[in-house]
Amino acid sequence: MDFNDTPEEAEFRAEVRAWLEANAEPRGPEEGGGVDLGERVDDETLRAAKAWQKKKADAGWACIRWPKEYGGRGATAIQSVIWGQEESKFKTAPNIFGIGHGMCGPTVMTHGTPEQKELWIPKLLSGEEIWCQLFSEPSAGSDLAGLRATAVRDGDDWIVNGQKTWTTGAQFCAWGILVVRSDPNAAKHAGLSYFVVDMHSPGIEIKPIVQINGGTGFNEVFFDDVRIPDANRLSEVGNGWAVAITTLMNERASIGGGGGRAGIGDLLRLAREVELNGAPAIEDSGVRQKLADFYVRSKAVQYTGNRTVSALSQGKTPGPEASLGKLVGAVLIQEIAAYGIELQGAAGLLNDCDNTAHEGSWQERYLGIPGLRVAGGTDEVLRNIIAERVLGLPPEARVDKGIAFKEIPTGPPSK
Amino acid sequence: MNFDFSDDQKLLQQTAKDFLEEHSPLSVCREVLESDAPYSQSLWKGAAELGWLGTAVPEEYGGAGFGYLELAVVAEEVGRALAPIPFSSSVYLATEALLLAGSDEQKKRLLPKLVSGESIGTVAFTEKAGQNGVEAVEARVEGGKLSGSKLPVPDGGAADVAVVAAQDGKGLSLYLVSLTGDGVEREVVRSLDPSRPAARITFKGAPAELLGTEGGGAALAERVLDRAAVLLAFEQLGGTQRTFDLTREFTLERYAFGRPIASFQAIKHRLADLWCEIELARSNSYYGAWALSNEDDELGEAACIARLQASRAFDLAAVEMLEFFGGVGYTWEYDCHMFYRRAKSTSVVLGNPACWREKLISRLEADRAA
Repeated sequence: MDFNDTPEEAEFRAEVRAWLEANAEPRGPEEGGGVDLGERVDDETLRAAKAWQKKKADAGWACIRWPKEYGGRGATAIQSVIWGQEESKFKTAPNIFGIGHGMCGPTVMTHGTPEQKELWIPKLLSGEEIWCQLFSEPSAGSDLAGLRATAVRDGDDWIVNGQKTWTTGAQFCAWGILVVRSDPNAAKHAGLSYFVVDMHSPGIEIKPIVQINGGTGFNEVFFDDVRIPDANRLSEVGNGWAVAITTLMNERASIGGGGGRAGIGDLLRLAREVELNGAPAIEDSGVRQKLADFYVRSKAVQYTGNRTVSALSQGKTPGPEASLGKLVGAVLIQEIAAYGIELQGAAGLLNDCDNTAHEGSWQERYLGIPGLRVAGGTDEVLRNIIAERVLGLPPEARVDKGIAFKEIPTGPPSK
Repeated sequence: MNFDFSDDQKLLQQTAKDFLEEHSPLSVCREVLESDAPYSQSLWKGAAELGWLGTAVPEEYGGAGFGYLELAVVAEEVGRALAPIPFSSSVYLATEALLLAGSDEQKKRLLPKLVSGESIGTVAFTEKAGQNGVEAVEARVEGGKLSGSKLPVPDGGAADVAVVAAQDGKGLSLYLVSLTGDGVEREVVRSLDPSRPAARITFKGAPAELLGTEGGGAALAERVLDRAAVLLAFEQLGGTQRTFDLTREFTLERYAFGRPIASFQAIKHRLADLWCEIELARSNSYYGAWALSNEDDELGEAACIARLQASRAFDLAAVEMLEFFGGVGYTWEYDCHMFYRRAKSTSVVLGNPACWREKLISRLEADRAA
């Protein structure tokens, strides 16, 4: 049992670091990085991100997990983790390609024809074209297969109508992966088809969504008689659900950084700085009990991440167990943020960077986190995944199986 | 990164598991629980013969000379079996205290007997309700004679030697005291977990032999408790996993409203949450084992997070078990109560969660100041 790299891992890490040192500036320990959920990407960020991706691609360091035939390195999962750890130590442009590289690319590689792969993969890898995901709808979130956007065949094209939502980066993307209902008479999961859509097609309208924290990172995407060539279909008509599962499995395979981001270090610092009954809050026994519980949990999430990395290092594939980090971690971040506000006393109700502790970051965090809780699966969906796929418990009884989609009961339309 | 046990360690664990499945089914725990016997002598003999009692004891004192990672995996199996033996008291507490502070003569005299199982050790720190360790100890040693009363002494009915915290001219110190000699009165006290009964021990001029330095008792006790906390966390982890596995099986077999109750989200989601708690406990326990086996400076912190999460998980698993089993879980006949009892007992035996939370923050702040 140790926390060190194997000799092979150490060698790979050194190679990665040498290239990064020659091509990027090291990041200071206090400097944040990346784009937070809900932050809108400006033109300058976009240019910088594309330039950094191009640089990596030219040197063979883009999408290292991808097979060599698609421009990757065929790297192992542990090598991918090492790359991520090292890259995060450098001042690089934010990664706005996560959806494209993590989900869209692998899906095209799995289900695309040779022509489709040749058309899309190289520019996806090099960052020349950015991709987005058009899955969720106003009335289809956790129950994704309940989606209602339609595709009707018209000669060599399909005509798509409906609304997608929660689409990150739709306004600057070249392509989107799209799941639509091609047969409302078929059973729910059997009536879906999967397309790649040109985001500049006539009839597509993109509107930013304003979040509770004022951010506008996501969009609604409206389809009004949008024509998609049949050549842009992935896999057979009616097989869209299987393709979507490929995409979602790749989403879950993306491994996060662990519990270090939960904010326990910041919370301890805050508790030293603010007072409670005339003394630093951290001297209060009740506060100490709470801090200890948060600390225990933060470390537990972090070390669980270490165990996942160990499994990768041994060549094992992390399965649905990875849901734990998100399920426990997101709630923990929210609870820590809430307590950070409470520790500030009545001033916790402010949300002003000049008049609150830590420049208002606790309030910002508190308002941002509900998005993290539901993104990539609500707590309830994750619990179902763990219960059914890790623990082998039976599925919930369902009323939407074995009947035509149009017969499935539905609530009033979303506003 | 290899945050996992080695193949050899996993093999040792499997051997321990196989042995306990054969020799320590839950009926063995129940036998002790329902009788006046303080522990299962035959199981204790078996554990000794397999060398478990000296897993981490150097060979020169009769031990197997393995490390704490090996002891941790054995502990997990002892916990999984709810083994009714004074393993934690003798191995993690008394033996570790001797290894940490015993003179060479003391170690040569006492460790071989503890390793062979001929002698059973424990600690006698607390004296009354509200105490978690060696704070506010009133027992005194004067002229080599110990006087005072200790409650509860874990496995106090089974042990024949105790590491006792007492005041002397230099402050608080730890003493080795034979429990079978003069000046010792023992009374096994009805315990929450009668498969591991505790005792009240009254010392009236019992001969006491200094362990470590005079006045060094508080620091030594803290080190002993840290080590024991990590190892007991593995016992708790094993117990938690068994609790969970039995609960899961029951919910799959029990039908209500025409379907297995495991198909209701009300049950599934709580089992999923419980599984997360167990995995979190496993992660913190692994970290504790790593810190213990590397004699790392972070052991103080690692012991706290291992103990706190393992206690939380075991407590929660046992509470959920009784709830999910419904009425039968509340019967004497079903085994659920043995897990419920063991979980709560182990969460306080080395000091309650509140005291370990306080230790954790104190240590983090002390490290920062240093």
